[in-house]
Amino acid sequence: MALIADIVSWICLIAGSLFALIGAIGIIRLPDVFTRMHGAGIIDTMGAGLILVGLMVQAGLTMVTVKLLLILLFLMLTSPTTTHALARAALNGGVKPLLDKKNDGEDEPSKT
Amino acid sequence: MFTAAAAILVTMAIALVRALAGPTVFDRILAVNSFGTLTMLFIAVYGFLSGRPEFLDIALVYALINFIGTIAVTKYVTFSDLGYSADKGGSGDP
Repeated sequence: MALIADIVSWICLIAGSLFALIGAIGIIRLPDVFTRMHGAGIIDTMGAGLILVGLMVQAGLTMVTVKLLLILLFLMLTSPTTTHALARAALNGGVKPLLDKKNDGEDEPSKT
Repeated sequence: MFTAAAAILVTMAIALVRALAGPTVFDRILAVNSFGTLTMLFIAVYGFLSGRPEFLDIALVYALINFIGTIAVTKYVTFSDLGYSADKGGSGDP
């Protein structure tokens, strides 16, 4: 039983680490603020969620699991809020989203 | 679990690179927000690694401070003011 819990916890931790790395690659490689938010979203949902679930399985039914659940719930509430506020601030700040067709031949991904 | 900690550290380094090299200020805000989330995760994983899960309280407080800090910086960049200012800038309701 403990072995099964260990294996499930390890699978969740490794998958969460992989998702975090994929999100980091997205943050460093994507061309725009609005596209980089997708990478940050991957880190905030799948990376953090899977790592916290893995730690929960490791901890068992104790107070530690309750704290991890609180962290996960708070993260699921605040991450979309932050992304929404940041997207709105970027639109107000004059960053144009990269569209498929070139608008007026300006290739710069972002201008402040 | 050590692998998870190492992967989180690598991800933090990449987010820090984007925070240093980001062309606009919003890239930096985004990267610092991701850095804060990853710091919270690293605190939690390190608490399990060192056998002291009391670190989770610190992770919880770090998540709260990260959210409030990001919202404050975003609002300050948008409105140049931390208080509510309806007559200045923005697209309607803040």
